[in-house]
Amino acid sequence: MSSAPTHALDQAGRPSSGGGGGPVLGPPGGGEGPTGGGSSLFGDAPRFGLWLFMGTASMLFIGFTSAYILRRASGDWRPLSAPSVLWLNTALLFSSSATLQGARRRLRGSDLPAAQAWLAFTGILGVSFVVGQVLAWRSLAAAGVFLSSNPHSSFFYLLTGVHVAHLLGGLVWFVADFVKVRRLAFTPGEDGLRLFATYWHFLAVLWAYLLFLLFVY
Amino acid sequence: MAHAAEAHAAEAHAHRPQSFIWRYVFSKDHKVIGIQYYVTAMLMALVAGLLAMMVRLQLAWPDKTFPGLGRFLPDGYSDGVMNPEFYAMLFTMHGTIMVFFVLSTAPVSGFGNYLIPLQTGARDMAFPFLNGLSYWTFLCGCVTILASFFVSGGAAAAGWTAYPPLSALRNSIPGSQWGQTIWIVGMVFFIASFTMGGLNFLTTILNLRTKGLSLMRMPMTLWSMFLVAILGLLAFPALTAASLMLIFDRHFGTSFFLPSGLAVSGAPLLAADGSPLHSGGSPLLWQHLFWFLGHPEVYILMLPALGFTSDIIAVFSRKAIFGYKAMAGAMVAISALSFVVWGHHMFVSGMSPYLGMAFAVGTMLIAVPSAVKVFNWLATLWRSRIRFETPMLWALGVVSLFISGGLSGIWLGQSAVDIPLHDTYFVVAHFHLIMAGAALFGVFGATAYWFPKMFGRMMNDTLGKIHFWLTFVAYYCTFFPMHYIGIAGHVRRVYDPYQYQFLKGLQPINEFITVSAFVLGSAQVFFFINFFWSAFKGKKAGENPWQSNGLEWTCPSPPPHGNWPGEIPEVYRWPYDYSVPGAPTDHIAQTDPSPLGQRGEGH
Amino acid sequence: MSKLQGLLFGLATLLLVALATYFFTKTWLPALVSDRGAIDSAMMVSLVVTGVVFIATNLALGWFAWRYQDAPGASAAYWHDSPRLEWTWTLVTAAIMLVFTFRALSLWAQVTAPAPADSFVVEVTGQQFAWNVRYPGKDGIFGRTDAKLVDSAALNFIGLDKTDPNAADDVLVQNQLVLPEGRPVRVRLRSIDVIHSFFLPDFRVKQDAMPGMTSETWFIPTKAGDYEIACAEHCGLGHYRMRGQVHVVAPAALDARIKETAGE
Repeated sequence: MSSAPTHALDQAGRPSSGGGGGPVLGPPGGGEGPTGGGSSLFGDAPRFGLWLFMGTASMLFIGFTSAYILRRASGDWRPLSAPSVLWLNTALLFSSSATLQGARRRLRGSDLPAAQAWLAFTGILGVSFVVGQVLAWRSLAAAGVFLSSNPHSSFFYLLTGVHVAHLLGGLVWFVADFVKVRRLAFTPGEDGLRLFATYWHFLAVLWAYLLFLLFVY
Repeated sequence: MAHAAEAHAAEAHAHRPQSFIWRYVFSKDHKVIGIQYYVTAMLMALVAGLLAMMVRLQLAWPDKTFPGLGRFLPDGYSDGVMNPEFYAMLFTMHGTIMVFFVLSTAPVSGFGNYLIPLQTGARDMAFPFLNGLSYWTFLCGCVTILASFFVSGGAAAAGWTAYPPLSALRNSIPGSQWGQTIWIVGMVFFIASFTMGGLNFLTTILNLRTKGLSLMRMPMTLWSMFLVAILGLLAFPALTAASLMLIFDRHFGTSFFLPSGLAVSGAPLLAADGSPLHSGGSPLLWQHLFWFLGHPEVYILMLPALGFTSDIIAVFSRKAIFGYKAMAGAMVAISALSFVVWGHHMFVSGMSPYLGMAFAVGTMLIAVPSAVKVFNWLATLWRSRIRFETPMLWALGVVSLFISGGLSGIWLGQSAVDIPLHDTYFVVAHFHLIMAGAALFGVFGATAYWFPKMFGRMMNDTLGKIHFWLTFVAYYCTFFPMHYIGIAGHVRRVYDPYQYQFLKGLQPINEFITVSAFVLGSAQVFFFINFFWSAFKGKKAGENPWQSNGLEWTCPSPPPHGNWPGEIPEVYRWPYDYSVPGAPTDHIAQTDPSPLGQRGEGH
Repeated sequence: MSKLQGLLFGLATLLLVALATYFFTKTWLPALVSDRGAIDSAMMVSLVVTGVVFIATNLALGWFAWRYQDAPGASAAYWHDSPRLEWTWTLVTAAIMLVFTFRALSLWAQVTAPAPADSFVVEVTGQQFAWNVRYPGKDGIFGRTDAKLVDSAALNFIGLDKTDPNAADDVLVQNQLVLPEGRPVRVRLRSIDVIHSFFLPDFRVKQDAMPGMTSETWFIPTKAGDYEIACAEHCGLGHYRMRGQVHVVAPAALDARIKETAGE
């Protein structure tokens, strides 16, 4: 399992760049999981922590969903049609997941220049998605549909806004991992981008769900 | 052996000397962070307690003037008489600060952070950086929420429950101008911090338990922290969602919670073109989302106290906790059921009566695992050998308050019986006894019990006992009489109850409650003196002054960075092998490989 | 030292039980003046059952605290499981709670059942900080309201649409509610601004007045007299003085009394 030896776990699994005063974790290998007691069921700590975070973020959107469903039941529901740029954005986001998988494969194969390139594409596509979302908001505003115009538009702005906020967090993580790839800080042959990829794909799945909720359901 | 030598070498190498700031301020060590949370929570408790004292002054003597207070708080008083808007701020912020910034914090983030690695046999939490970040986020929340007192219009004043439209319409009460917005921001900081903590707790408990520590060998404290983390991760997002929607309603003209047809102070709420400013929103939606968090939240407050109590009772009665499986199972059942009872806060809201029925059923069901816990504690005490050290007094106090507060819940859970009692002081009595009381006594008990481990010194026993008795008696004198006035119809959140004929006769009881509350508040001086004096001058404590079995008592007091100087110990049993027949002493530590007592997986 | 603490704790629980029980005999609900006596009974049953449990568990707690204190030569029993005992008390508790639940549900169904067809209907609209009472008048139909028409200067607090023919005979009064003795009363609850709660302590009636919806509750006043309306949901600065009055009169005197309150 483990991507290794004694690195201090200073952020969800990212090895610290050399002892920045993190706590010592004892004998080699003793920090990431004991040798018994049933802990190996859940994978290593950073991955487990990430799944918990995705769980709690999902609960946030479940909360919004319940509000959405209840609100829809009231009389004045006038759904807006999806701004066309939204479909382009969707393609951008899904493509970024694909390029990320490409980067992962190449990193695992120790082809660092290629991994970097695929990762760069991922970042560009991700940023393009954000830009595209802003364009979508602006196109709606230009058509006179604002946050407060009607309940559906309120939810549209709210849900896409919260999704973008989570994605921006993901982009920060992206930058950190991109820097790590450039600095050759990942262990060769290891699936170092796995954790980030899990979160990034989660954002894509979440986006698909929001599209469904807003425009299909 | 070579392993250990390697470990020490690795430690010496990886560990550059740290400055004061990195060791004690921006620390990533769970012990430092736990104490930071604890001390901050206690300071917030001082603030929230003072707010309550002012509420009590007003309720007992609304016609008296307090020129001294008036000079000190010119915005809150006019000619020595409290302003109604100030009163509303007082009860709002008392509730908000106590529920979130004190009682969700001290037992969970304070003791949880301190104890979890020690009780699981880990060097630290799974994500130490995140842990430190969580504390500083929490502190931002504290500063924000306190700052809200100083903005235009004052602090939020719509109750800690912040029901719209009162909290959403900025002109409906002064505190709903900027105070409510700052409140929301402070809450978002708090929720972010608590979420980070939850991730850490769950990952550490599930992934970092030392060899031999199966789930069924965990102490009750660890079970409670485990469940609290799950509750927090699942429930808080509902409030986050609701808070975002509330901010939008307040500032961006949306109508998540605001219906059409509103007119405030005689002026219809209309847009420039004459159409309603809001339309189609539902105040009930806020209540559903708020209480979806709110109910699990009150169990977040209470469960750690239940865990502490079980552990303390076992140690100080030299007897295993009775019915370990049932005790753990009861906490799991309570946690699960806590998600299906939220509507009992809304019986008279006008929601569908069928919903009322469903929620009543769940609420009555929760009484069963709660009762089981009480019976098991009593069975533990039966034929035990009780040492009445200070921690034990607090633990028994928790049991007492749990009984008192829990039983009144049975009244309130019957939806029709709730009709005369909803929003009266009967409810105030109920939650102050079971939730606030149990949590507070749990914190005091945990402090008395784990203080020697945290500071390497014992707390002063005499001061501790004086503190307990004054607090125990004053607590009941303050809150038990509220049952009576509640049944008589005394509504909540009223600046001057004696405007009503039917409440005029209750003033003497309110006076009694206020005097008791002041005794209660004053009694805490003994605690503060004891805490700070003992931290520096208390009698030195050894590794295990209480002869307890727990894993946390096998490391030095206080534990060094990394907790155990050598290897992390292995666990062979549950922590409750007390008074085992044939054993050389009356306790067998978890790390003792002796064949006596409970060994083997899950006993 | 140790013996003292146990003794103190035992005595403290004894004192708690004694005082708590005593004072429950001293204060109770206000005298009932409606048909909702079943709520009173249910509350009394709750008091008795929870009271018995309260006394029993506290006495056990206090007794054990005193009796099982550490003493030289004492040792604790090694006994921490008894499936039979645990199942027993769990099932007994569950059975008691089941009975409570059934009774609670049937009482709730009773209280929330639809009002009889011949009820006396009245509408109460909460506002910051008064109760706007409206009677539908001879036609029995409430006139249309619209918040746009709210005009406090013209004393139109609920936005009554005066052009609606049904509104012509609506009678509007603030803070005085006149009800017939012995006849079912159906109250329609609304709010023009924030959430209020219509609380009649003597009648065991309480329901939120929720903006954006009309909810209803019904009951039968059984005793003529004057009673109070309180607001039971924090609604702003004047929440504490949102006081109204209920006048229960013989049906024959109803119209005259309504006219009287409207004239004031």
